[in-house]
Amino acid sequence: MSAHEHASEPHGTLKEYVTGFILSVILTAIPFYLVMGDVSWSKATIAFVIMAFAAVQMVVHMVYFLHMTPRSEDGWTLTSLVFTLILVVITLAGSLWVMYHMDTNMMPKHEVASPL
Amino acid sequence: MGHALTNEQAAARTLFHLQDEHDHEAGGSTLLGFWIYLMSDCLIFAVLFATYGVLGGNYAAGPGPKDLFDLPLVALNTSMLLLSSITYGFAMLSSYRNNVAGTQAWLFITGLFGAAFLGIELYEFAHMIHLGATPQRSAFLSAFFTLVGTHGLHVTFGIVWLITLMLQIGKHGLNKANTRRLACLSLFWHFLDVIWIGVFTFVYLMGMLR
Repeated sequence: MSAHEHASEPHGTLKEYVTGFILSVILTAIPFYLVMGDVSWSKATIAFVIMAFAAVQMVVHMVYFLHMTPRSEDGWTLTSLVFTLILVVITLAGSLWVMYHMDTNMMPKHEVASPL
Repeated sequence: MGHALTNEQAAARTLFHLQDEHDHEAGGSTLLGFWIYLMSDCLIFAVLFATYGVLGGNYAAGPGPKDLFDLPLVALNTSMLLLSSITYGFAMLSSYRNNVAGTQAWLFITGLFGAAFLGIELYEFAHMIHLGATPQRSAFLSAFFTLVGTHGLHVTFGIVWLITLMLQIGKHGLNKANTRRLACLSLFWHFLDVIWIGVFTFVYLMGMLR
């Protein structure tokens, strides 16, 4: 049985949890400060930066709290995660892209179209 | 047409069986199955985020994020969920040491933080509804309440599960089944925290930037 012991089972350590927590606090506090504090950056810059922080914090949670490694469950957790992320990106990007263009191209304009 | 196998066939057959059949202890694949459930849950949230992304700007001349959102409250809520994540981690660490009392204590604290999160969220919802910002008011508010409400509902069921598990551990101790359930709830709880990162970033912070 020892040959097939589940070494892949996620087991966190105190150090991992504390590291994850400290990183999360930092990665949460900075975006809140950027929006709540008087930061003279443009809105687009702030939006970009807080989205980047969110992405990094999600990875931190995956690694330090969910104990994801490429090897866990013989790689099946990572495989299913990657598959899910592909679907998530298609859903989000596709919806926003299509609906934005529907909105700009198909909503009636107030000015009367100029005669031919 | 003989029945005897050649040596090579026998070897191939043995190899095939060796590679394909090994023992799986009962519940050995539960965590992977639960992970795949979480991935399907992730798709639910992806669709709700996409809906919010499309409808989030349609206020129907009603209140917008700047009129409704209270960022210090959201920050407090976020810290509750983050604290509950690390206390759940401490519960897991206690369970590895087979420390039943420690596990129960940390689970209890996790439940308190979860309940605090829910309480703050319900207070926020009640306040918004009191102002007339109900889900029926605009497409923005429908999408907001659906997305944030679905997350809150997940936390609610997480707390129900947590209480059930505490009773189970109280009755049967940290046996194999309860340890497995503890690991599944761990995935669920931390997963909800990951979703919340998306919520506070895309809904609250980006909402204030609009």
